[in-house]
Amino acid sequence: MTVIGWAQIALFSLILLVLTKPLGLYMARVFQGERTWLDPVLGPVERLVYRLFGVDPREDMRWTTYALALLAFSLVSMLFTYAILRLQGLLPLNPMGFSTAKAPSYATPMTPDLAFNTAASFTSNTNWQAYSGENTMSYLSQMVALALHNWVSAAVGMAAAIALIRGFARRSAQGVGNFWYDVTRCILYVLMPICLVYALFLVSQGAIQNFAPYTSVTTLEGAAQTITQGPVASQEVIKMLGINGGGFFNANSSHPFENPTPLTNFVQMLSIFLIPAGLCYTFGRMVRDTRQGWALWAAMYVLFFTGVLTAYHFEAQGNPNVARQGVETSTKQLGDVGGNMEGKEVRFGLANSALFATITTDASCGAVNSMHDSYTPIGGMIPLANIQLGEIIYGGVGSGLYGMLIYAILTVFIAGLMVGRTPEYLGKKIEQKEVKMAMLFILAGAASILIFTALASVMDLPAESALNRVGLSSTYYGPTYNNINNSGPHGLSEILYAYSSGTGNNGSAFAGITVNTPFYNLTIGLAMLIGRFLMMLPALAIAGSLATKKHVPASAGTFPTHGGLFVTLLVGVVIIVGALTFFPALCLGPVAEHFLMHGGRLF
Amino acid sequence: MRQLDNFGHPRRRPLFDPPIVRRAIKDAFIKLNPRALAKNPVMFVVGIGALLTTLLLLRDIGQGLAFRTLLYEIQIAVWLWFTVLFANFAEAMAEGRGKAQADTLRRLKTETTARRELPGGGHETVPATALCKGDIVRVEANELIPGDGDVIEGVASVNEAAITGESAPVIRESGGDLSAVTGSTTVLSDWLRIRITANPGDTFVDRMIALVEGAERQKTPNEIALNILLAGLTIVFLLAVVTLLPFAIFSVKQAGSRAAPDVFALVSLLVCLIPTTIGGLLSAIGIAGMDRVMQHNVLAMSGKAVEAAGDVNTLLLDKTGTITLGNRQAVQFIPVPGITEQEVADAAQISSLADETPEGRSIVVLAKAFGIRERQLARREAEFIPFTAQTRMSGVNLNGRQVRKGAADAVKRYVGELGMTFPAELQQEVTRIAQAGGTPLVVADNQRGALGVIYLKDIVKGGMRERFDQLRAMGIRTVMITGDNPLTAAAIAGEAGADDFLAEATPETKMQLIRQEQAGGRLVAMTGDGTNDAPALAAADVGVAMHTGTQAAKEAGNMVDLDSNPTKLIEIVEIGKQLLMTRGALTTFSIANDVAKYFAILPAMFGALYAASAGGHGPLWALNIMRLHSPESAILAAVVFNALIIIALVPLALRGVQYRPLSAAALLRRNLLLYGVGGIVAPFPGIWLIDQIIVLLRLAPGR
Amino acid sequence: MFKQVLPSIRATIALAVLTGLLFPLLITGIAQAVFPSQANGSLIKSADGRVIGSRLIGQPFSRPEHFHPRPSAAGSGYDPTASGGTNLGPTSAKLIEGLPDDRETKDSDESYSGVKQLAERYRQENGLPAGAPVPVDAVTRSASGLDPHISVANALLQAPRVAMARGLAESDVVALVRRHTEGRDLGLLGEPRVNVLLLNLELDRLRGAPPSSKP
Repeated sequence: MTVIGWAQIALFSLILLVLTKPLGLYMARVFQGERTWLDPVLGPVERLVYRLFGVDPREDMRWTTYALALLAFSLVSMLFTYAILRLQGLLPLNPMGFSTAKAPSYATPMTPDLAFNTAASFTSNTNWQAYSGENTMSYLSQMVALALHNWVSAAVGMAAAIALIRGFARRSAQGVGNFWYDVTRCILYVLMPICLVYALFLVSQGAIQNFAPYTSVTTLEGAAQTITQGPVASQEVIKMLGINGGGFFNANSSHPFENPTPLTNFVQMLSIFLIPAGLCYTFGRMVRDTRQGWALWAAMYVLFFTGVLTAYHFEAQGNPNVARQGVETSTKQLGDVGGNMEGKEVRFGLANSALFATITTDASCGAVNSMHDSYTPIGGMIPLANIQLGEIIYGGVGSGLYGMLIYAILTVFIAGLMVGRTPEYLGKKIEQKEVKMAMLFILAGAASILIFTALASVMDLPAESALNRVGLSSTYYGPTYNNINNSGPHGLSEILYAYSSGTGNNGSAFAGITVNTPFYNLTIGLAMLIGRFLMMLPALAIAGSLATKKHVPASAGTFPTHGGLFVTLLVGVVIIVGALTFFPALCLGPVAEHFLMHGGRLF
Repeated sequence: MRQLDNFGHPRRRPLFDPPIVRRAIKDAFIKLNPRALAKNPVMFVVGIGALLTTLLLLRDIGQGLAFRTLLYEIQIAVWLWFTVLFANFAEAMAEGRGKAQADTLRRLKTETTARRELPGGGHETVPATALCKGDIVRVEANELIPGDGDVIEGVASVNEAAITGESAPVIRESGGDLSAVTGSTTVLSDWLRIRITANPGDTFVDRMIALVEGAERQKTPNEIALNILLAGLTIVFLLAVVTLLPFAIFSVKQAGSRAAPDVFALVSLLVCLIPTTIGGLLSAIGIAGMDRVMQHNVLAMSGKAVEAAGDVNTLLLDKTGTITLGNRQAVQFIPVPGITEQEVADAAQISSLADETPEGRSIVVLAKAFGIRERQLARREAEFIPFTAQTRMSGVNLNGRQVRKGAADAVKRYVGELGMTFPAELQQEVTRIAQAGGTPLVVADNQRGALGVIYLKDIVKGGMRERFDQLRAMGIRTVMITGDNPLTAAAIAGEAGADDFLAEATPETKMQLIRQEQAGGRLVAMTGDGTNDAPALAAADVGVAMHTGTQAAKEAGNMVDLDSNPTKLIEIVEIGKQLLMTRGALTTFSIANDVAKYFAILPAMFGALYAASAGGHGPLWALNIMRLHSPESAILAAVVFNALIIIALVPLALRGVQYRPLSAAALLRRNLLLYGVGGIVAPFPGIWLIDQIIVLLRLAPGR
Repeated sequence: MFKQVLPSIRATIALAVLTGLLFPLLITGIAQAVFPSQANGSLIKSADGRVIGSRLIGQPFSRPEHFHPRPSAAGSGYDPTASGGTNLGPTSAKLIEGLPDDRETKDSDESYSGVKQLAERYRQENGLPAGAPVPVDAVTRSASGLDPHISVANALLQAPRVAMARGLAESDVVALVRRHTEGRDLGLLGEPRVNVLLLNLELDRLRGAPPSSKP
């Protein structure tokens, strides 16, 4: 670890802190229907959008109606994406001829299971990619089928969070807001303006933005090289801001065309945390007590900082097996290009890689600027554990906030009893219904991750099973545990990471594992849908239940949910619930590997 | 007042009364019935685990496995059964105390007979249990009243000790607020004619039996929510442990060895992880909470009411008897100009000699301070004038001197009739005293007219201010209810330290206040006794009726205070809070415990995985930070600790965690440190110690 | 549910047009007008107008007179159509010790260079004694497989070899490396680094490249 590395992490923290309030305030205005400075421009567009949708944005929906609208919209847009992916060979903007007869030899076929997986992935804001963009997707697929969801899934997550906030803020009310209104205003007023400026910034730094076919070049030493092209920047910005993470290219944000400089890297990291951090403030603002929002922010920051500290430390320690080959890894000698540089870019170095890995898994982004699979065992356990905690450390757009609020509800319930009252959070009594829904949220995540991983780690499919065939190729893996790229405990980590990432709607991977087979495409696809909707619906149910409740005024007997004690407690509950659920699995993966690595054992 | 122990409740039965313990041990086995176990998801899972390990053990005995293996398996199975039994024992202990009380009551009830009036006149003798609503019975001295009813004729003193524990007799008479009688109480003198108001099985004693036995016990809202949490956690851990098997199979394959994790270890891990501590003690805590209310001589009609008491935001307290001593006391004599204080004191004393009211006595006592000795006046020389509603004065005629004391306006009229003036200074004093919350009594005689005024003051009970300060710290607002005028009410409320007052209270204004508080999301508790209190008692979230009160009041409230002590409302609130705190503390403790258990069992299960050489330790043995001896001893130690902690916490569950009137933040900090941090830390030395003992006793192999 | 289906269909189409077509087209329009070079891949053209690469994408170099980039996992090396890393974990034998060629299959080469082989080759190429420390970036593969940069330490270790192959003074090559060292962005962000393609281009433009150089 280096001083300059810490300085960069400190600068990141500072700027995040500074941006939280203005953005949060602005979003509160947007979702409370107050005037913003963009109204003159966007007002007419907004009204046009409602007419196009054919909806009345003033209708106050009960939580059930809200949830139905959300589910219907997600289902329809998922089918839309599935259709475009399957039909991309017949559609325009496909200069490389993917899914047609003239597709290049390295192209991946768009099989039904891959299309399902991808549609589920982008609909659920996961952006897990069982394919490499540059050899599978036409420009139309990238822009319309995939980028659409980058916007929409973020807006849907935000809508669910806003509905939950309204549940806390409203008193003895029936409705939790209007779904179409929330989605539209999120896209028009929050995402669009930022993305516009942000995209042009990325292009100025070197991110590409064109519709040209790939460029063939002869290198300085006379070799042939094909340089990929495409409308990258416009997709990159929403991929980060919408916490989606699906790269235009396989290498994602480590690709120089997606993330050309340390400066773009810094801005990309900020743009992941920007909205969820701001939402904390929005929350505090809307429930009329900004301290409550800052308490959540602080709890998230503590968890985030612990993650960075650990990941950076272990990456800087490096891999003793590499050092044993006479390789200089000391950061004292090499600065932040020492340590464990496998799967990392020189321009980013250790600090920015560890920071990015922590951020992208704290938030449910999944974009990567370094390959998590090649991290040291504990360095790589941090991203894995971050995801398993439920994507609540800032988290996804909206999903991070409602996830953290559910943890807050659990915290208040468990510890709140200790002050001798029926637990209350923000003046709302936490009772059966809330506890039931909160447990459903926890259970859905744990069950999906653990059961699918268990299945994949022992399923003895026959050697020629079509269920575990890669694409349409002649590669058959047979038993599902053969798809791993690394043996020993690391193999278990790869499978565990895949289903954690899917369920957590993260999308990053221990990417060595081969997942473009029907078995993995279907199970991970299911995991993503479970992780999205079985965790979002409880949040909406809580919103509906809370909205109807009376407000209990705070007194000296009320469990205080701001301040250091609550933050500590919330962090404790998040860690303990997460650790108790996943510690055994993590023991057999990263923890065992850590000790084995130091013992010099190779697999 | 009864002596209170450290926990704020009376010392009565010891916690571990031998007969109750014996009975609880028996009940612990009876409760192994699967249908009873199924009500508690956590203990049900433990039961299944115990059964599973027992079956596997039998199989292994049949296969003749090595003694070392069998010894380990036997111990695991036995301790899993103990875990269930310990939880059952805790519940049985909590129930046992109530049951013992119920038995006494039931005996009382079945031995009673009644003399029922026949329609055509005359009586027939029937068992008390045969009495129906509307029957009329006659009860003579030294007979038990056979059922609940209203006195329709007669006056008698009644001993209600069987119900209230209070041996001083009370008066019961027809009409008014003293007409209600309760079954199983004894008439001491005279006789009563009683109209029975409750059908068999529906009497107060029946209800009391059901309540103390816990037969009608329904889970309270918080308890249900907590049960959902515990069931959810149990499923999470079930998932974590069940999926551990495939993970282990995968890992074993990767390590190239063939040792599979044993089911005993997996079941042990599961039982240690699921919240058995709180799961095993949860119902005991609830029952014990009710029992604690009972020991305060309060009958709570439901656990929900006790729980609600912990949530109360606003306490409505009657002034008289609760905040102030029932009676006013003389504190000062104020003369009119030209008269000495001594003279006023003398006149006041003379006028009060025959006044047996507490106020009158207090005047005599105060006069003594002026050196005026108590005089014995013979009836012959003195004529006592009693207080009447018409004159609103009392006094004495002594050798032609008429001394009178009474309300200012009455005395003013008296003085006016004598043709003398009522001094303006006196009028000012009267107003001042009234404004300060006192009662002015003017003293006059027929020779000099008005002499001065006696200042009678409401005396606030000792310690009320501290009590209210504590309540305020807990976030509870106190409102004093009084029939006094606003000026007087404000003065007394201010002196007692109540947060607010309701003056000139009527049943309607009381009701209005409750509705208003509830509309603001606050929970309200109040006490009441009269029939006109019934609507308010029913509307309040916690309504405590005085046992001396009317039947209507008792039916409207959700608790009855058998001591009829309005101050007890505060104690009930404390018990409610303590109940919730105990649940929260043990839940936190239970979950926090899991951390250490992972560090005992996981290295034991996987300590040999990826070992460099057969029989050696693999990388995960490094997690054995407690340095436990062997995999067997480690797993056993965790299971034993997990079972023993239930027993160790039974006293805490029955007594409740220590309660202190602090703010929520302070309480939380304290309890979190104790049960959260303590819960994480405590099992480490605990498991280590048990491991040492196990190895010392050669119950498991050492290193 | 049905009541919400129609708006869902209309919203999907409307938003697909807005976010999927209009937004990228708008950005492309502005980008092509304002930042044409960057928007098209920061391509480098030779004197005769041929595109010889992108300043952002690394190229394979193996001749001694060129600085060598990091090893790459993208295809057969620096193949932008197959960007990515090795995804080998820290206890991977393949990563550390590599794989030998399977002699049974004569037609294909299964050998794989692990850190061990890469370090040995690096020492050999640069004339370093056995066991001499090698900078870690020189023997590890990047995340994208297209990393255009190497660390300064790596470049300086290669400088004597390049100087010798080109018949240049070592100090001149080192000076060139220093000049091509990109500092931290804003003086703080990222790591000091050397762009291999730009450095080699500069070298080729200078005199001193022996005409007979062979790979």
